Amino acid sequence: MYSEQFSESLALVEASREKNIALEPVRMTAEQKENVLASFHPDYKTDEFSVLTIGPNKGDKVPKELAEILQAHSRITADSVCLDKPDYETDVLIIGGGGAGASAAIEAHEAGADVMVVTKLRMGDANTMMAEGGIQAADKPNDSPAIHFVDAFGGGHFAAKRELLSKLVCDAPEAIQWLSELGVEFDKEADGTMITTHGGGTSRKRMHAAKDYSGAEIMRTLRDEVLNRNIPVVDFTAAIELILDENGNAAGAVLMNMETKELLVAKAKTVIIATGGAGRMHYQGFPTSNHYGATADGLVLGYRVGAKLLYAETLQYHPTGVAFPEQIFGALVTEKVRSLGAKLVNKNGEVFMHPLETRDVTAASIIRECSERGNGIATGNGDGIWLDTPMIEMIGGEGTIMKRIPAMWRMFEKYGIDIRKEPILIYPTLHYQNGGLDIDANCMTTNINNLFVAGEAVGGIHGKNRLMGNSLLDIIVFGRSAGKNAAATAKNVTVGKLTLDHIAKFEKEISDAGIETETVSPKLLPNYTTQKSI
Amino acid sequence: MENTVNIFLFGKKYAVPENLTIMTAMEYAGYQLVRGCGCRNGFCGACATIYRIKGDRELHACLACQTKVQDNMYIATLPFFPLVKEVYDINKIPVNETVMMQLYPEIYACIGCNACTKACTQGLNVMQYIAYAQRGDFEKCAEESFDCVMCGVCSSRCPAGISHPQVAMLARRINGKYLAPGCGHLEDRVKEIKNGDFNDLIEALMQKPIEEMKELYNNREIEK
Repeated sequence: MYSEQFSESLALVEASREKNIALEPVRMTAEQKENVLASFHPDYKTDEFSVLTIGPNKGDKVPKELAEILQAHSRITADSVCLDKPDYETDVLIIGGGGAGASAAIEAHEAGADVMVVTKLRMGDANTMMAEGGIQAADKPNDSPAIHFVDAFGGGHFAAKRELLSKLVCDAPEAIQWLSELGVEFDKEADGTMITTHGGGTSRKRMHAAKDYSGAEIMRTLRDEVLNRNIPVVDFTAAIELILDENGNAAGAVLMNMETKELLVAKAKTVIIATGGAGRMHYQGFPTSNHYGATADGLVLGYRVGAKLLYAETLQYHPTGVAFPEQIFGALVTEKVRSLGAKLVNKNGEVFMHPLETRDVTAASIIRECSERGNGIATGNGDGIWLDTPMIEMIGGEGTIMKRIPAMWRMFEKYGIDIRKEPILIYPTLHYQNGGLDIDANCMTTNINNLFVAGEAVGGIHGKNRLMGNSLLDIIVFGRSAGKNAAATAKNVTVGKLTLDHIAKFEKEISDAGIETETVSPKLLPNYTTQKSI
Repeated sequence: MENTVNIFLFGKKYAVPENLTIMTAMEYAGYQLVRGCGCRNGFCGACATIYRIKGDRELHACLACQTKVQDNMYIATLPFFPLVKEVYDINKIPVNETVMMQLYPEIYACIGCNACTKACTQGLNVMQYIAYAQRGDFEKCAEESFDCVMCGVCSSRCPAGISHPQVAMLARRINGKYLAPGCGHLEDRVKEIKNGDFNDLIEALMQKPIEEMKELYNNREIEK
């Protein structure tokens, strides 16, 4: 139930609903998309970026907040720990307990390697758990991996590394099959046909889902499988520095117990960074849909030992974060809401765009509607746009919402809003790190041997914008691949003498470049203890 | 100044703005959370919390990230609960109720008190899904438990020592793997890809100049 302040606009939305359902909004031309992005997408606001002055990406621009942690001091010095007596020794060390890390752990274990997972919170505390809408795979007769490739390549502004993207789309159906065989429950028709929908920018309906708990269903199943295999999981323990050997190859990590702050050394033949995203960096002050630990740790760990980043300047702002009520400000409203027929409506009750343009274009258009065009709805916490959820029940029949997006219903119901009967207010929220560490098709970083990366910490799979459902896909495809390849590589690795010399070397670069900073990184967790109301 | 309410975090009193969630109220009070905080969006179950309003006998359970503070709320978080998680090989388990008898026999000691259902932070009918598990109706157990975030509050209230979320997890995996109908178009596509049916198409895309890719993308047919 909305308060008085919204009633005027709400009445216009209701009055126009039938007309708006019938309306087939035109899609934008390539030129219109470019224009709205250049004027309104946060990635194009040049004064929000800094140029890196040290490290492998010297000269590149990245968000200011990321530059600060990439060019920051280590939490330790080389003599903080004794490398001669590692606390853990393993073949494959996986940093991160989300979907990519869990997939890697299962495959590396399957390949016969000794594996261990370290994660700074609990296994499964990850963006994977929060992915709602679905996972793409071109497995319907009218679809093909090639069509999937074109959709993703164009949606990512023709910038994806093609060898990574072709792997993503060609391994997608097998990824779905692998998950099914692990027991993930996908939405299906009675005859087993997958129930699939569109996502923004897809040309075929290839979004597979498990209601709107798609990521949670995948994550809890993978976690269960990791536990069934008795793979050691060291939780509440963060990697705070990679360890190289004397030959410059990745050979382990310095770990820190998040509660006791005890430092530990893990020695490994190969290392997989699966640390996820960066939403909790709150770039440009945006709220985020990300989990509590999304602080770009893997980018920092990799960068400090010399691993290159790709497209770290591109972030994804999900078009539909919650704009109201304030208690869930910034939380994700899945794109599936639009896949099921809900349209974006401004304060005058007008549908101002096609609801399933790519995420960057949709987010930029919403920002334009709320700023230049002045058609946003004041929420008490900035402006928002209506997402007309009752359309879903009118199009799909009564009960569609409870069947297909129960989590969305539940999230708003707690604040007295029944999305079956009332529309919701949304505004873009920081959602995904498009860029990350640069890898080859075997998931190894392009310039540090035996260092693998999977999941959101990778850059280049999606180019400069990601389509819905390609992230759950990439954590599975690249997580599995990283696990297999790290296990295979480990068989032929002899680890040389361990060293943390890179810390002093990086420290010297900081001082030589005249960077004055008090910041230490990785950040590990955001600090919300200041007295604010959000 | 915003209106404030008094809350009691582990018994200690704090005045906090009334519009905060329990989680943000803890942070407002100065707690830097490590335990008991995960997705902050109601999906991960890290922030299970028990509370009681002063003067009220009833205990309530909730997720701290999804629940607004109230005046005179006595709050204890439950960041970890020792659930029993039995290990098993998903490829080798029996697909009937004997699997429950072997792995989670305590579910047959359910006394029907319904404390689990009353405590569920997701409002699920927990006792019902355990009943389905007892009789090996895994499909219904999976459906009834689907929205479970595995926070463990149900188990904390169970006199029979049942680890409900783990029972449901097992049922869902059995349902997803063995009971849900197989998917023909998926199997076909995996075979076609292994057979190399798309290699030429993909190879062509790997080589195509950007201008031609743009042409292809901007003029592609979009399924209605």
